[in-house]
Amino acid sequence: MAIPVAAMEQAPIDWEVPEVQVGLWADAWVRFRRNRLAVVGLTIITFLIVVALVSPLLVHFGLLANPIKQNVDSIETGPGVNGHLFGTDILGRDTLSRLMIGSEVSLTVGLLVQAIIFPIGLTIGLTAGYFGGRIDNLLMRFTDIWYAFPDLLFVLVVVSVWRLSGSWFFQLIPIFGAIALVNWVGLARLVRGQVLSIKEKEYIEAARSSGSPPLKLILRHLLPNSLGPIIVTLTFGIPQAIFLEAVLSFLGVGIQPPQPTWGQMVADGVEAIYPNPTGVVFPALAIGFTLLAFSFIGDGLRDALDPRMRR
Amino acid sequence: MAVIAGRPKRGALLPKQFAAVTDSRLGSLGVYVLRRVLWMIPVVFFVIVITFSLMHLASGSPWDKAGGRQLSQVVIDNLNRKYGLNRPIYEQFALYVWNVLHFDFGLSYQYQGKTVVELIGGGWPYTATIGVLAFALIVPFGIGLGVIAALRQNSRVDYATMGFATFAASFPNFVIGALMIVFFSVLMYKWTGGEFFLPAGGWGVDDHLVMPAVTLALLPIAYTARLTRASTLEVIRQDYVRTAWAKGLSERLVVVRHVLKNALIPVVTTLGPTFAFLVTGSVIVEQVFSIPGIGRAFVQAVNSRDYPMILGTTVLFSLVIAVANLIVDILYVFIDPRVRLT
Repeated sequence: MAIPVAAMEQAPIDWEVPEVQVGLWADAWVRFRRNRLAVVGLTIITFLIVVALVSPLLVHFGLLANPIKQNVDSIETGPGVNGHLFGTDILGRDTLSRLMIGSEVSLTVGLLVQAIIFPIGLTIGLTAGYFGGRIDNLLMRFTDIWYAFPDLLFVLVVVSVWRLSGSWFFQLIPIFGAIALVNWVGLARLVRGQVLSIKEKEYIEAARSSGSPPLKLILRHLLPNSLGPIIVTLTFGIPQAIFLEAVLSFLGVGIQPPQPTWGQMVADGVEAIYPNPTGVVFPALAIGFTLLAFSFIGDGLRDALDPRMRR
Repeated sequence: MAVIAGRPKRGALLPKQFAAVTDSRLGSLGVYVLRRVLWMIPVVFFVIVITFSLMHLASGSPWDKAGGRQLSQVVIDNLNRKYGLNRPIYEQFALYVWNVLHFDFGLSYQYQGKTVVELIGGGWPYTATIGVLAFALIVPFGIGLGVIAALRQNSRVDYATMGFATFAASFPNFVIGALMIVFFSVLMYKWTGGEFFLPAGGWGVDDHLVMPAVTLALLPIAYTARLTRASTLEVIRQDYVRTAWAKGLSERLVVVRHVLKNALIPVVTTLGPTFAFLVTGSVIVEQVFSIPGIGRAFVQAVNSRDYPMILGTTVLFSLVIAVANLIVDILYVFIDPRVRLT
């Protein structure tokens, strides 16, 4: 029976289409900005990046004390003595300048390790998740075993074996490698899980039935739709990498002096904790708040990129 | 909710005739445990392979830094012969695995005439004491804080607990340890004129244990509290909990019998990773507080390239972690009857 055309006509729905269409990223940014802690975290990290970029220049132009210049006349002074705003360490080196210069190491480790992990974890995770079968089995078996290896132990073993000497960046190479090796597995597993769950969605089926080749399917559909959790995981990976480097420095197997690092400064400060406790407090707080800031950003990104996961 | 993913298929272990045994709950548990124990063999073997090959791929020899001077070639040859380093690498590896099976982890390079087993045995009591103490703090405080925060959601208690958890989860334990020394040893000493303070390091079965145990426990407490809070919040909203309230049960009964029983199931699963964390955390905490345990010995071995010691400790640690995970997985089966073993 034919339905009268008039019956099919409905009152126009008020869709409330905004004047400007907001995309996923703009929308996420709006949500991110609403999270006060995340904004605080982002501010702290931005400030740190500026500090890391600017301090070598400040030292060069003599506006900031030389971080490796020893001064036997003012050893282990408290803050504010002899023109040292944050005091000096066991060799009379300026704590403020060492803190500022040390930030470059922490930030480099945190960010660069993620840059190494991202392509590796992504490629392996996508391949395993999309093609399944033997590759997938192999990955799962491998990661099962890999999880038996405690992160910190593995990194310690690697740096005990390979240590490069030279500039601090050069010394960092085995550390990058070790941290990336223990971390890519987690990302690969996450990507695989994402792909497995998205693969069965209708729009993927639609794309496939309309003749989309696998590579295009992966790059155009699977990747953008699983990007949110990937970004969140990478963000949480940053503090983890910074932590591992700081521990190595603290244990004396990380970057060697003269390049100052925060972990090293805590270790040096503990040596002389009675005459000058602030020598420990400043680098300790620097590490703590940097990690805190990154985890605030991670929390904010998680809430912003995946509204369903919000509490 | 299957606990195990990607492990050997069921039935691979025993022939079909045993179906009656393997299909009963207890029987299937037995098969499951057996399978998991067998699975530990490749895991530990893999750890040995990786660590062993890393060490033998290393540039330079372990004698490069011995005594801080260059040794003559004759001495190096003799040392290599003593520790079997002159043999082909596959022979060294086979011998090592064979010895490990007999609980012989070789001689330490660092301490003449000491075996790795002796060194680890010497550090064991210290590491275990701190670990057990930390664990004794984690379970009541982590779970307790999480439950209280969930029951008083969005109250001041909740915010304080979660704020604390966020801080404790972000600050690395060596930072927390160092800050605790500043506060409880140095400043307390100054403020109280030496009346009350905690020792900054060393060993003693007294107030020496307070700071190391708390430092080690803080991060797991934070994680456990967060997780407990989340899972309690989920359970609280379930229908059967509303029913329990509706039929007039006391708060204590509702919380203990209905809420906690279900909310703690996911918490138990994290006890395995928690244990792993305690093991690796001991490496750091023992360094901060100068405790002569295995962790400190490991760091010294790393610093002086004492390969047999590094290898032995790594194998031991991963074995301990594997066993802890196994125990947790088995516990899980007993706690949650819904878990199927296939």
